Amino acid sequence: MALSAEESGWLARLLTKNAEQLIRRWTELVASSLRGRLSHAELARQVQELHRSMIGAVENGLTDLDSEQGGELRAVLAELSRGRARQGFSASETAISVFALKDVLLELMEEDQNAGNLRDFVAFSALIDQMGLFTFESFVRTRESLIADQAEQLLELSTPVVKIWEGVVAVPLVGTLDSARAQVVMERLLQTLVDTGSPYAIIDITGVPAVDTQVAQHILKTVVAARLMGADCIISGIRPQIAQTIVALGIEFGDIATKASLADALRHVLRLTGVDNARRHQRRES
Amino acid sequence: MTAGVDLGAPQTQAIRSDDDVVRVRQLVRTVAVATKLSLVDQTKLVTAASELARNTLIHGGGGTADVAGVDDGRRRGVRIVFTDSGPGIPDLDLALTDGYTTGGGLGLGLSGARRLVDDFDIVTAVDEGTRITVTKWSR
Amino acid sequence: MERVPVLKIGDILLVSIQVDMSDQTAVMLQEDLAERIVATGCHGVIIDITALDIVDSFVGRMLSTIASISKVLDAETVVVGMRPAVAITLVELGLSLNSIRTALNVERGMELIAAARTDEWVMVDGDEDAETTATT
Repeated sequence: MALSAEESGWLARLLTKNAEQLIRRWTELVASSLRGRLSHAELARQVQELHRSMIGAVENGLTDLDSEQGGELRAVLAELSRGRARQGFSASETAISVFALKDVLLELMEEDQNAGNLRDFVAFSALIDQMGLFTFESFVRTRESLIADQAEQLLELSTPVVKIWEGVVAVPLVGTLDSARAQVVMERLLQTLVDTGSPYAIIDITGVPAVDTQVAQHILKTVVAARLMGADCIISGIRPQIAQTIVALGIEFGDIATKASLADALRHVLRLTGVDNARRHQRRES
Repeated sequence: MTAGVDLGAPQTQAIRSDDDVVRVRQLVRTVAVATKLSLVDQTKLVTAASELARNTLIHGGGGTADVAGVDDGRRRGVRIVFTDSGPGIPDLDLALTDGYTTGGGLGLGLSGARRLVDDFDIVTAVDEGTRITVTKWSR
Repeated sequence: MERVPVLKIGDILLVSIQVDMSDQTAVMLQEDLAERIVATGCHGVIIDITALDIVDSFVGRMLSTIASISKVLDAETVVVGMRPAVAITLVELGLSLNSIRTALNVERGMELIAAARTDEWVMVDGDEDAETTATT
């Protein structure tokens, strides 16, 4: 427990009595730590809200931040840290917005001897520490969810499957392929073949800096799976280093068609389909 | 090697006939969907279950399949235990080799099923029977 | 006992597998098809597995056998509509089904069978009609 009921009351009085001075000083201290990266009005609004919800909490007899009375205060703190995390502030810059209150309270108590003694200050300080830790945790949680979201977006972004011709889809792979990504690509490519009814797929790996055995295996499996479904895959844009790796690792590409560039691969496919069309054309004529 | 806590009691399906193999597939699919395995993982697990159930029927002379959802704290999965009291497998290494067959199949039952799941555990004794435990975890 | 229906459309036998087949049903389908190929004189068989959510080694072997049998009976077999998850699983299982021709859907499967038959005609016609062969 951070505060006794009595101390809680003291803190409420202290916060209310010198409200204006307290908010001004608090805002000043935070502003200097953030070096003007947040507008003064915005900051003042945040501090006021924090101040208001703190008063609300201690007037309800808050003794511990984790208790029921701390609900609103926790929500305000969480909101504050979420905002800071999104705006790209560091964890310390966020926590300092809370810890600055200690300095403000200390100044107030030094000016006004009746405001409380050292013991009270230590108790207040403990509550503020709790608030600071909570802020820190909210900050980290927000960052983590941001990173998770970005990783997911990256995966989506980095695996587009596009239809480039009637009956031909292409996957331009960019960046390092790990096993998880290779799997996502594989599933998505095969699904697109079904959805678009395309019998040809071009896997372009111009943008892939390196492949290891596992990734090469994934590509091979994709090609075999596509064949099972009745579609053909052509691999294009194999870099010299990758070609060397493939041979050095002893990976058998077998009878899979490989072409130097996406353009060559498309030409190859069109020639194949062109043959089919010519044949069909001929049959109709005869 | 098969860590994790069972979620609820396992559901048991007897394997006595061809139709029971179909029932094992359906039961495994239901549990896999409830455990939120991805579509590809569901397909792999059901296929493995089909191979192993058929093995239990043909080589083990029938037995049971126990299907349960499991949780190891980090992820959830589906565990299936195939039990028979048949002749057992004399040479396990050989039986797990691709293409090895005694039943006139393709010889991909055991070895293939092992590739389709995450954990594969087999206990066998000649003339006593075989118990195969497989688990597929969600990613 | 469930039976998988075999439909005749023109020169093609169409089998659409809609149920989770027991091994016995699969074997029966294999026998039915052989009989129907001979009885109808069809030159093409399309097996639609769009509705199958798994293909294990038994069904895989059945598909291979049907393809081989129909070849002996002078009919081309095309398996159509395999789902991506099924294909990925088959690759992992180690079943490559090399002897089977596949297509994405029934329409493409019919094109494939038609093309296979045309090839034969072109070869037969080749000697008599040199001009046609030259333009291909």
